[in-house]
Amino acid sequence: MIAVRGLAKRYGDRRVLRNLDLEVEDGGFLLVTGPNGSGKTTLLRILAGLVAPSAGEVRLPPRATIGYLGHAPLVYRELSALENLNLFGRLYRIDERAERIGMLLERFGLWEVRHDRVATFSRGMQQRLGLCRVLLHEPKLLVLDEPANALDAAGLELLQEVLADAMQTFVVATHEPQHVESLATARLALA
Amino acid sequence: MTAVKAARLSALRLGLLAVTLLAASLALIFFWVPTDPDQGFSQRIFYFHVPIALTSYACFGWGAWKALRLLWTGEEHYDLESYVAIHQGVVFGALTLLTGSLWAKASWGVWWTWSENQLVLFLVLFLFYCAYFMLRYSVEPGRQRMNMSAVYALFGVVLIPVSFFAIRLSQKFIHPVVFTLKGPQMTHTQFLTFCVSLAAMLALFATLYAVELAGKRIDAQLRELLAA
Amino acid sequence: MSYASDVSALARKDLLLELRAKETLPAMLIFVVATLTIFHFALPHGTGKVAALGLLWVALVFTALLGLTRAFVAEREQGLFDALVLTPCDRSAIWLGKAIAVFAFLVAAEVVALPAFSIFFSGVGGRTVAAVALADVGICTVGTLLGAMAVAGRARELLLPLLFLPLAVPIVVGGVGASAGAGARYLLFLALYDAIFGVLSWAVFEYVVAEV
Repeated sequence: MIAVRGLAKRYGDRRVLRNLDLEVEDGGFLLVTGPNGSGKTTLLRILAGLVAPSAGEVRLPPRATIGYLGHAPLVYRELSALENLNLFGRLYRIDERAERIGMLLERFGLWEVRHDRVATFSRGMQQRLGLCRVLLHEPKLLVLDEPANALDAAGLELLQEVLADAMQTFVVATHEPQHVESLATARLALA
Repeated sequence: MTAVKAARLSALRLGLLAVTLLAASLALIFFWVPTDPDQGFSQRIFYFHVPIALTSYACFGWGAWKALRLLWTGEEHYDLESYVAIHQGVVFGALTLLTGSLWAKASWGVWWTWSENQLVLFLVLFLFYCAYFMLRYSVEPGRQRMNMSAVYALFGVVLIPVSFFAIRLSQKFIHPVVFTLKGPQMTHTQFLTFCVSLAAMLALFATLYAVELAGKRIDAQLRELLAA
Repeated sequence: MSYASDVSALARKDLLLELRAKETLPAMLIFVVATLTIFHFALPHGTGKVAALGLLWVALVFTALLGLTRAFVAEREQGLFDALVLTPCDRSAIWLGKAIAVFAFLVAAEVVALPAFSIFFSGVGGRTVAAVALADVGICTVGTLLGAMAVAGRARELLLPLLFLPLAVPIVVGGVGASAGAGARYLLFLALYDAIFGVLSWAVFEYVVAEV
C-alpha cells in the first residue's frame, strides 16, 4: 500500500528526514516511534499525502482513501459534532450520510452531545470526534499522529478496537508505544 | 568546466557587455544627442528614466515567468530565479521612482506629482513588490513559501496593465507622450540613444541577475553542506 | 454537480461559524460606522461631495480588510487545511466557499454603511450601489486568496493589508469614478477587474493552500 524510497525532507536549510526507505503492505500496521523533534509528524504528513518530499519517491494510495488524524483532532471548534461530521460527510460524498454519522457517534459515545459545540468538549471527547471524522469515509489507510492523546480508559479501548481491524492499513506515531505494541507488524524508530 | 566556473564566466561576459553598453550610452547621452528644444538639458534624464522603467517591467515579467514555471513544473530552482528577478525589479523600480522624481523636479519644479501616470503606476507596483518581500520573510522556507511567492508574482504582473488602465482612467494623461500607437515620437538620434541606453540597462539587469543568482545558489549549497 | 455541492457545504460552514462566533460581523459594522464618524472630523467644512465619496471607499476597503483578516483564522489555528485538503473536493472550492461567505459579511456591513453614509454626508445613488456590488466581488475574490496566504505567515494582521492594498487601487479608482458619476466605463472597468482577478484567484488557489 505504501512504498517509500530514499525519502528526504528539508525545510529551507533544516533537514528533518534523511534517506528513509520503508514499505507497508495492505492490512499492515507501521508503528513510528521517536523522541520529540525526530520528524515523526513530518513523516506522517508525507505518508498522508499532505506534504511532498524534498527527495525520494513516495507511493501512496489515492487521496480519498486516506484518513489523517494530526496532533489536533482537526474539527471546527465552533461547530457541533454533528455539523462537523455533516460537513466532512458532504465533502467526502458519503452515501447515507446520516446513518453512518449516527453509527459513529454512538460507537464513540458522542451521540448525547452531538448538538453541542466542540469547544465545550473535553480534549478527550474532541479526540474521539477526530476519530469519528477520520473513519467517516471508510479509508483504506489510516495515518494517526498520537491518537491516544488525551483519551481516557474508555477512549483507549475504543481506539484499540479501531486499530485491531486487520482489513485496514495503519501508520501510527506515538511516543507511548505500549498501547499499540502488540498490533504492530513493522516498527520504525526515528532518531 | 564546472557549473560554478561556467556561471562565473557568463556573469563576467555579461558584465563586460553591460559596462561597454553603459559607457556607450553615457557617451551618447551626454556628448552626442542634441539638447531637446522643449525641455532643455534636463530632458536627458529621460534616457535613464524610461530605460530603467522598462527594465524594471522586464524584471517583474521575468520573475513572473519563472514563477509560472515553478507552479507548472514544481522544480524548486525556479523559486530562487523568480525571487532574484523580482529583487532586481524592486531595485530598478526604486531607481525609476528616483529618476522620475528628478525629472519632475527639473521639468516642473516639484519632487512628486500625482498627474504623472507612470510614476503613480510605479509607486503602486513598488508597494506591491515590497509586500512580496514581506510575504517571503513572514513564511517559513519551504514548498508553501515558494508557491505563495510565485502566486503573488503572477498577480503582480497581471496588476501592471490593470493598474495602468486604472490610473489612466483616474486622471488626465499629461505625461509626455513618448511612444504612441504610431511609433516613437523621437528623432533618429534620440531613438538611437534611447535604444543603446535601454540595451545597457537590460544588460545591467542580466549581469546583476546572474551575479546575485550565482551568489545565492552558492550560499544555499554552503548552508546545505553545513547542515548535513 | 458535486463542485457546487462542495462550495455550498463550505460556504454554509463559514456562515455558520460566523453566526456562532459573532465576532467578525459586529466588528465590521461598528468599525465602518466609527470610521465614517472619524471622517466627518477629518473633512474640513465645505468639502465637496466627491471627497466624501472617496472616503466612503476607503472605509469600505478597510472594513473589508477587517473581515478578510479573520477569514481563514479557524482553519489555520486548528490545522483544518489538512483535513479539507484530503477530501476529494477541488481546492478552489475552499476558496469559493470562503469568498462567498466573506461577500455576505461585506454586504451585510454595507447595508449599514451606505445608509449611514447617506445620513452623515450625502445621498447614495444607484451607480454607487452598483459600483459597491462589483467592487465587493473583486475584494472578496482577491482578498480571500490573499487571506489564505497571509494566515500562513507570522505577522498575518500586518501582512494582509500590505498584500491587498496595492491590488485594491484599481478597485478604488473604478469605485470612486463610478460613484462620482464619471461614466459607465468605470463600472465596466470594475467588471473587468473582477473577471481577470477572479479567474486568476480561482486558478491559483490550489497552490496556495496545499503544501504538496
